[in-house]
Amino acid sequence: MELFELTAASLSEKLRKKECSAVEITRSVLGQIARKEEQIGSFVTVCEEQALKKAQQVDQKLAAGEALSPLAGIPIGVKDNICTKNVLTTCSSRMLHNFVPPYNATVAEKLEQADAVLIGKCNMDEFAMGSSCETSYFQKTKNPWNPDCVPGGSSGGSAACVSAGEAVLSLGSDTGGSIRLPAAYCGVVGLKPTYGSVSRYGLVAFASSLDQIGPLGRSVEDVASLYSVICGRDPMDATSAAREYGDFAKELNRSVKGMRIGIPKEYFGDGVEPKVKEAVMAAIDRLVKEGAQTVSISLPSTDYALSAYYIISSAEASSNLARFDGVKYGYRAEGYANLLEMYEKTRSEGFGDEVKRRIMLGTFVLSSGFYDAYYKRAKQMQQKIAQEYDEAFSRCDIIVTPTSPSPAFKIGERTNDPLKMYAADICTVTVNIAGLPAISVPCGAAQDKMPVGLQMIGPKFSEQTLFNTAGCFENLCGGFGVAPAMKG
Amino acid sequence: MNYEMTIGLEVHAELNTATKIYCGCKNSFGAQVNSNCCPICTGMPGTLPTLNEKVVEYAVKMGHALNCKINPVSKQDRKNYFYPDLPKAYQISQFDIPLCENGHLDVMIDEQGNTKRIGVTRIHIEEDAGKLLHDESFAGSLVDFNRCGVPLIEIVSEPDMHSSAEAKAYLETIKSILQYIDISDCKMQEGSIRCDINVSVALPGEPRGTRCEMKNVNTFSGAVRAIEYEAKRQIEVLEAGGEIHQETRRWDDAKGQNFLLRSKEDSHDYRYFPEPDLLTIVIDEEKIRRLKDELPELPNKKCKRYMDSYGLPYFDANLLTENPDKAAFFESCVARKNCKIKSVSNWLLGDVSRILNERNAVLADTSLTPEKLTDMIALIEAGTISVTAGKTVLDEMIFSDKTPKQVVEEKGLAQISDTGALEAIVQSVMDANPKSIADYKGGKTNVIGFLVGQCMRQSKGQGNPAVLKELIEKKIQND
Repeated sequence: MELFELTAASLSEKLRKKECSAVEITRSVLGQIARKEEQIGSFVTVCEEQALKKAQQVDQKLAAGEALSPLAGIPIGVKDNICTKNVLTTCSSRMLHNFVPPYNATVAEKLEQADAVLIGKCNMDEFAMGSSCETSYFQKTKNPWNPDCVPGGSSGGSAACVSAGEAVLSLGSDTGGSIRLPAAYCGVVGLKPTYGSVSRYGLVAFASSLDQIGPLGRSVEDVASLYSVICGRDPMDATSAAREYGDFAKELNRSVKGMRIGIPKEYFGDGVEPKVKEAVMAAIDRLVKEGAQTVSISLPSTDYALSAYYIISSAEASSNLARFDGVKYGYRAEGYANLLEMYEKTRSEGFGDEVKRRIMLGTFVLSSGFYDAYYKRAKQMQQKIAQEYDEAFSRCDIIVTPTSPSPAFKIGERTNDPLKMYAADICTVTVNIAGLPAISVPCGAAQDKMPVGLQMIGPKFSEQTLFNTAGCFENLCGGFGVAPAMKG
Repeated sequence: MNYEMTIGLEVHAELNTATKIYCGCKNSFGAQVNSNCCPICTGMPGTLPTLNEKVVEYAVKMGHALNCKINPVSKQDRKNYFYPDLPKAYQISQFDIPLCENGHLDVMIDEQGNTKRIGVTRIHIEEDAGKLLHDESFAGSLVDFNRCGVPLIEIVSEPDMHSSAEAKAYLETIKSILQYIDISDCKMQEGSIRCDINVSVALPGEPRGTRCEMKNVNTFSGAVRAIEYEAKRQIEVLEAGGEIHQETRRWDDAKGQNFLLRSKEDSHDYRYFPEPDLLTIVIDEEKIRRLKDELPELPNKKCKRYMDSYGLPYFDANLLTENPDKAAFFESCVARKNCKIKSVSNWLLGDVSRILNERNAVLADTSLTPEKLTDMIALIEAGTISVTAGKTVLDEMIFSDKTPKQVVEEKGLAQISDTGALEAIVQSVMDANPKSIADYKGGKTNVIGFLVGQCMRQSKGQGNPAVLKELIEKKIQND
């Protein structure tokens, strides 16, 4: 196998054993980018020069016998809504087509400290609004399993680059499923961490109360490793949780003995494609054979979750995106007569249709006279959904569902039907609404051999349990890897 | 007809915390344009606010000072609107659950020390916006972000005031309290206190009229002018058979007029909603109590005490308690017990204030100490120096290290009370003014003042006027 196909854990071991150098790893990944990027389009920016420089530094540190983190020398893609100092950060929007942040997001700083190699900035749906990576201003990312299909969104570039071997690991962000959905569509592992466990400082906000940065990779151990590096209390983020975090990769025991797996009937209804249902049920059976047991549970408010999600997230987005006004940075329209016209032209030309749709929706639901009917009720629904999860977790340890009711769809298939597009998030949004952690792992194939995602949801701060369960399943199915067509 | 006006005030005061409300930038005035800001206070993408706890403490103190109920749990909200000086396009403020609610302030409204109670609806914390600059070398406007994130409290009153004088007294008391609890610099010229004014008029016995809000009032005297102007404008509209429409008007102090800013129909929909980047503000009861215990004696109470226990008139007590430094200085003087309390007040409010005003200085800028001032007054009261000489001593010592005694010695200001030494002067003055003596004998006894004055002049101000007067009277009678 080529270096770009290996996991971070095995690459790290090779580095330590001096079987390869960090520069060789980075070159291997850059080589894969050179071969596949034109077809896949994972990145808005590829940081070739900077990546090689960082790899050289890692080799120097290795030569000097310095103790290095497990991520040292590992090429990592970072979603383009995470601020990277002196590296273009566009949110895949014309609005920020030229925005170079003067500071690092806390997670970018942590990667830097861990000597990870920033290989590129990953394409995404504009401002993380979308489920297919098709709303990017720059390009449409393709699914490495089938370039006619979408990679899922919004972290489509983050999932595609890992699946295509264009990065070993990546960071995405998840507001309603934006890590898990593309992870499922591209056949990789993706974690949406507990709200508050990873600092949001430097993540260009979409919906502040739902956004969470998380890792994607080709193995559970790799994802656990990256999560161990990025999690933790950050004084720069008031919503980050003050608690101690362990080393999740070290403590990975891959055991499900005695574990109670909750199966919510609402997530296995008619909307779920039979092949998807089959694959998920088969995965559950395998876990049961390993000593887990199943419990039927109900999350009755799931039907209202999508509405509540689109109200809350759009409301926050309408406010979060107001700062893009052409005054200080980013895009500014030309030819305006006064301030109001400057605002209007800038925002009309700088934002794409999906972003405008959400800003209008969010502005409407917060308007005086409508606030109580929409925003307030959505917040009440949020509480109810969280309560139902609490009750469910008194009867089970984790909850297992499909990550998405169907596998990756064809490019262009849903662009003119926003509601159908939004339905892709039906299995993932409740997790964000309740602030819970969830992981998606590949669990087989649907028709056309497209990957199916298995979602495991746990109570707050139960990431270790999720890693253990996902790790158990990973062993059972023999591990995951780059998409077949992407192999060297 | 005799209309009654009703006034409600919203006072914005900048707090003097060391750092800004949501980032670590220094909270200071006058820095070079855009030098005192960071990615957070300029609202760069991805940045997040974190609350400066001091801001909460300062606001709670003000809440206690204004007798408010302190909410142990309150929240912050976003107020959304577009303007180039507001880089996030929303201001973090407090909407439905402010830190402090339902308070009141007793304001002195006459010289007998009678007070009127003005309701305080709420006090909340929020961030200030930047400033737009207009430079002739550049066609557009420029933004200075230094003020972005400067902490503010907004104090909202009930519409309980009915004259510009009451409004002014309320504003002055608020300012004084801010200074006493030391949470604001209260520098009007730097805009650290600003207010919005709501005014309505109605005939007595009729329901309250429609109110108009005036923005951009930056001085207390401006507030008085703005209120008078607006009440007159509304009365004129009503007298002409018109109707008052709820609207926001901008006060232009230079022109002495206000102008329509926006009507109710055009009013902003701020789309308030809870700030998701910040946690609920929770203050424990113990801390709320501690902050109350830390409050100093407030100006109204102090003023009353000065009148009651020092026997000072309202005029004196009110001025002495206007700011905490002056009051503390005064009390240190009184504590020395080496001169009359009223004399201390007279000197502080008279010559000392005059010198400070001339130099645009405050007590802290001078070398005057309570010791020096009271020692000087004691010298006068003991007859060692004259009042005139006292003024010279003050002039000499207020900006120097000299003690009153040193000045008296250096300048030879000690009074001559020795009758033998003054005899010759009195004799020569009497010889030179036979007509005055005749007048005195004819009953015009007030010419004695003129004669004493002449003697003082001859003695170069050193003669003790009381001794001189006695000598003159004795001599005339013996004539």
